Amino acid sequence: MSDAPLVKVRGLTKHFGKAPALVHAVEDVSFEIERGEVVGLVGESGSGKSTIGRLILRALDLTAGAVAFEGREIGGLSQRDLRPLRRRMQMVFQDPFASLNPRLKVKDIIGEALDAHGLAQGPARLRRIGELLEIVGLEAQHASRFPHEFSGGQRQRIGIARALAVEPDLIVADEPVSALDVSVQAQVLNLLQGLRQRFGMAMLFISHDLDVIELMCDRIVVLYLGRIMEVGPAEEVCRRPRHPYTQALLAASPKPDPDAPRTRQLLQGDIPSPLAPPSGCVFRTRCPLASEACARAVPAMRSAGPDHRFACIHETEQADP
Amino acid sequence: MTQPAPLLEIENLEVTFRTEAGNVTPVRGVNLVVHAGRTTALVGESGSGKSVTSLAVMGLLPRPAGRISGGSIHYRLKSGEASNLVTLSLEGMRKLRGSEIAMIFQEPMTSLNPVLSVGEQIAEQVRYHTGMGSAAAMRRAEEMLGLVEIPDAVRRATDYPHQMSGGMRQRVMIALAMSCNPRLLIADEPTTALDVTIQAQILALIDRLRREHGMGVLFITHNLGVVAEVADDVTVMYAGEVVESADVRTLFRKPRHPYTHALINCLPAHAKSGSDGRRFVPSIPGTVASAAGAHGCKFEPRCSHATPYCQASHPALETMDGTHTIRCWRWSDL
Repeated sequence: MSDAPLVKVRGLTKHFGKAPALVHAVEDVSFEIERGEVVGLVGESGSGKSTIGRLILRALDLTAGAVAFEGREIGGLSQRDLRPLRRRMQMVFQDPFASLNPRLKVKDIIGEALDAHGLAQGPARLRRIGELLEIVGLEAQHASRFPHEFSGGQRQRIGIARALAVEPDLIVADEPVSALDVSVQAQVLNLLQGLRQRFGMAMLFISHDLDVIELMCDRIVVLYLGRIMEVGPAEEVCRRPRHPYTQALLAASPKPDPDAPRTRQLLQGDIPSPLAPPSGCVFRTRCPLASEACARAVPAMRSAGPDHRFACIHETEQADP
Repeated sequence: MTQPAPLLEIENLEVTFRTEAGNVTPVRGVNLVVHAGRTTALVGESGSGKSVTSLAVMGLLPRPAGRISGGSIHYRLKSGEASNLVTLSLEGMRKLRGSEIAMIFQEPMTSLNPVLSVGEQIAEQVRYHTGMGSAAAMRRAEEMLGLVEIPDAVRRATDYPHQMSGGMRQRVMIALAMSCNPRLLIADEPTTALDVTIQAQILALIDRLRREHGMGVLFITHNLGVVAEVADDVTVMYAGEVVESADVRTLFRKPRHPYTHALINCLPAHAKSGSDGRRFVPSIPGTVASAAGAHGCKFEPRCSHATPYCQASHPALETMDGTHTIRCWRWSDL
């Protein structure tokens, strides 16, 4: 086995459409996912977090940049050459109502994944499906039911079982709990934590919810309008955020504590359109620290500590609370 | 301390829907109070009946399937007298909706008219409820757009809803609601579809309007972070009924109902470290029960403190002390 990270993304760029309606969805994004590591992508709508997930899975073609899986470049591979890799990377979707085929029984939803890669046949197939259902906290006998017979949380478990069926090294989980009620959300988060511990797979965990991201992830990538604002260890980024956007995002997230200070810096205005992102730093139009220099060049990544980097030219250190 | 008479007081509300499979009662046993100048948060998960409750107050239950089948909704009018909205005529209710009670919804795009400019929509409502002339109503509309902090309001008044962002559309909805100086604002998940930095702006805006206009706000949400942020008083619903009600500090610091307690504890922000070093959130087993059926406590199947008695008999809403009410057989020994 090589020492290369499981996934290494360099200069990842994705544009949709063409001028004058060119959408800059992802712009020059670089980061790594180590084996067994959970990396969180956090950002608001239009930040490009879902697009990055799909680019890594090669569900979308790259506009520019490179994606390496275990040191092997996969950005330019044909769909046919990608096939063996599909078994190593799986996806869990946000909406458990839309992501399961309503006409298939659970055993066929999960079985499809097994069949596609020729993993289990005959009685072994059904045994394996039952086992997968039990791993995600359902019962083997649920295999012959249809998706509509399950609640949202249970459907999300089926989606997770389908992803696990091929024993992947990487799971891309795109807002896997956003559609669920809080009490059910907690169950699914605990399940994912347990599975990660049991099987040691890496995860790219995409969410807009910083509390969920901090709980689930080892490292966090903070995105705004397709660019990385800050990257670092989860606790470090949440406790000592250095980018003004990360600071604002944390301040804007409502805390479930009535005595938490309510005076918070409000970001003015809306997220600009990705059709015409601002020049220089994309955050400058809403940034409380913005100056003329911010418009001139895209800020380079600066170090804020071990493995912790941020893209801002200003002095941003906050006093410890 | 004596509280003044509440602006809105719901007692024992029950809503029935006629369906092909017979009558269902998605809401029963709802007691709720909103005071002038204060915010009451109505919290619950999907299927808890919180939105049906708000529609009942507005007289907007889908007709003819849905109707209020029990209880009362007393609203204290500008004149000081109380009016029972349950027995009010359609016409009386319509007058009240424009002049005293206003509502904003989660998805402003579906609540706004796509073929009218936002200024015209507000002006239309102003004309209907005040009899103002067209020019004056349009000026009032522009003034309202300014009130909700839409930059360059006079020019934006000519925009159509699709030309605006989600946050701006929600501001238009709020402008529309505020245009008739409501004394009670019902906000049903107004920030759920918005990004957090935009949500913070809208929450601050609603709070400013409440303070400046002395409005009572009934804020419906599933997000406990938002509750802690905006609420003075909180009412928690589960499976169609109120299970606990208290001021916001008491509810977060000393929740007494096992459901409230578990709901607060299962937030990712309250994750705990397990013995194996892994962080986890104490979750509630099972899923939200349907409001129909079950003789006993609705939360009993998921409750870690349940006894056979809880399964057999349905608890009533009791007052613990002052304004803290609870629906649980076991509150005194937990």
